[in-house]
Amino acid sequence: MSALVGVLGLQGGVSEHIELLQDLGVNTCWVRTPSDLLGADGVRLDAIVLPGGESSVMDRLLRTFELFEPLKQVISDGLPTLGTCAGLILLARTVLDPAPGQRSLGVLDATVRRNAFGSQVDSAEVGLETADGPVKVAFIRAPQVVEVGPEVEVIARRGEAIVGVRSGAITGLAFHPEVTGEPRFHQRLLAEAGFGRLSNAG
Amino acid sequence: MTTQTGTRAVKRGLADMLKGGVIMDVVTPEQARIAEDAGAVAVMALERVPADIRSQGGVARMSDPDLIEGIISAVSIPVMAKARIGHFVEAQVLQALRVDYIDESEVLSPADYVNHIDKHAFTVPFVCGATNLGEALRRITEGAAMIRSKGEAGTGDVSEAVKHIRTIRSEIAALQATFTANPDQLYVAAKELAAPYELVREVAETGKLPVVLFTAGGVATPADAALLMQLGAEGVFVGSGIFKSGDPAKRAAAIVKATAAYTDAAVIAETSRGLGEAMVGINVADVPAPHRLAERGW
Repeated sequence: MSALVGVLGLQGGVSEHIELLQDLGVNTCWVRTPSDLLGADGVRLDAIVLPGGESSVMDRLLRTFELFEPLKQVISDGLPTLGTCAGLILLARTVLDPAPGQRSLGVLDATVRRNAFGSQVDSAEVGLETADGPVKVAFIRAPQVVEVGPEVEVIARRGEAIVGVRSGAITGLAFHPEVTGEPRFHQRLLAEAGFGRLSNAG
Repeated sequence: MTTQTGTRAVKRGLADMLKGGVIMDVVTPEQARIAEDAGAVAVMALERVPADIRSQGGVARMSDPDLIEGIISAVSIPVMAKARIGHFVEAQVLQALRVDYIDESEVLSPADYVNHIDKHAFTVPFVCGATNLGEALRRITEGAAMIRSKGEAGTGDVSEAVKHIRTIRSEIAALQATFTANPDQLYVAAKELAAPYELVREVAETGKLPVVLFTAGGVATPADAALLMQLGAEGVFVGSGIFKSGDPAKRAAAIVKATAAYTDAAVIAETSRGLGEAMVGINVADVPAPHRLAERGW
């Protein structure tokens, strides 16, 4: 049986994650309503990705479409989760430099500063050493983790700045592996969901 | 640790992150805050919205740096600004001001009737307008990292936006069909589109542009935005349609919601209620050809 991985599909770089996951041979779906997340027998998904985009807009749309609480619940209950860029901001307990009224799911014990590396002219492709191996990824108006709780493992740094964290089944990245086609964090997500031996052929 | 700014991936990448969103024209920091509050994914900082440029006439240029910086410091979302077609020094200035995206825009008066800006020469990414596939591919060849169909800005008449997004999408579909049936005809297709063969072949193979495709020009209601999304746009620019209407904050939030839920008629119906007056609008058919902005650029 193949895994079913959802990508939060309200706004942002959704299709990039979908394509990368499909290349890894798993089934995918866009998560836009509570019924995409929950069926009669509970959680429909084996894992979920919170993509990049504009975090303040995603937060607003999560609340508008009544997805905020169900999403918070399934992640708190242990659904393996990967958040990239805006997705990391959504996961964080505390958000610095928020848009007015901006909230976050608060399921990851970390403080994240929005847009911590400057404006778009500072956006860059960066080679990083991470706990999951060497990667080349894109930082696009990227956030940074400025503080983590005792249960949170730091898995990537850019210079001194913390840019990747893991806590239980949740991984939060300040950068975009999907923009450069880097698959190892998605493979790790699948392993977390119990589909670790999947080959590219699926 | 290697670090490269201004790469194709990061330029096109920011546009990817704007997908499904609404980019709003604003002329003051106060309007920028209203737009951010309403759920804009980015704002376009300019001195006059297209409806005013149209009614006041004269030469329309890049905005005052003070205005652009005021808007950058007012909001946390990306800020775009417009340069005239071919005016690479306005673009240099906007890059120095650290705007997040430059719109090389037909809404301003062109500075060069032959050349567009060489956008590869910049670290900041560019979005450009197009009325058809050939025009879109020429802008991408020059380095545009995002395309928006032009529509007819400042009118509140959505018909040109519909025409341009339909044209681009159907020309892509035709290329795909050629690729399947008669790939040897792609050479002449490239000649007819006046675009490089490699890029034409890429579009024919993938069935889409290699950059994000937004829509613009005449969007005034939530249903207008959803219409263009259903026709294949990946996001929406709204110019005069918001701040020339009766209740900008409410209309802006409604357009954001309809863009996100563009296939859900019940949501669009709900969000269309009680928005107050839409912008007055001008029928494109009543605009004499010399005053049509979409015909600027080539």
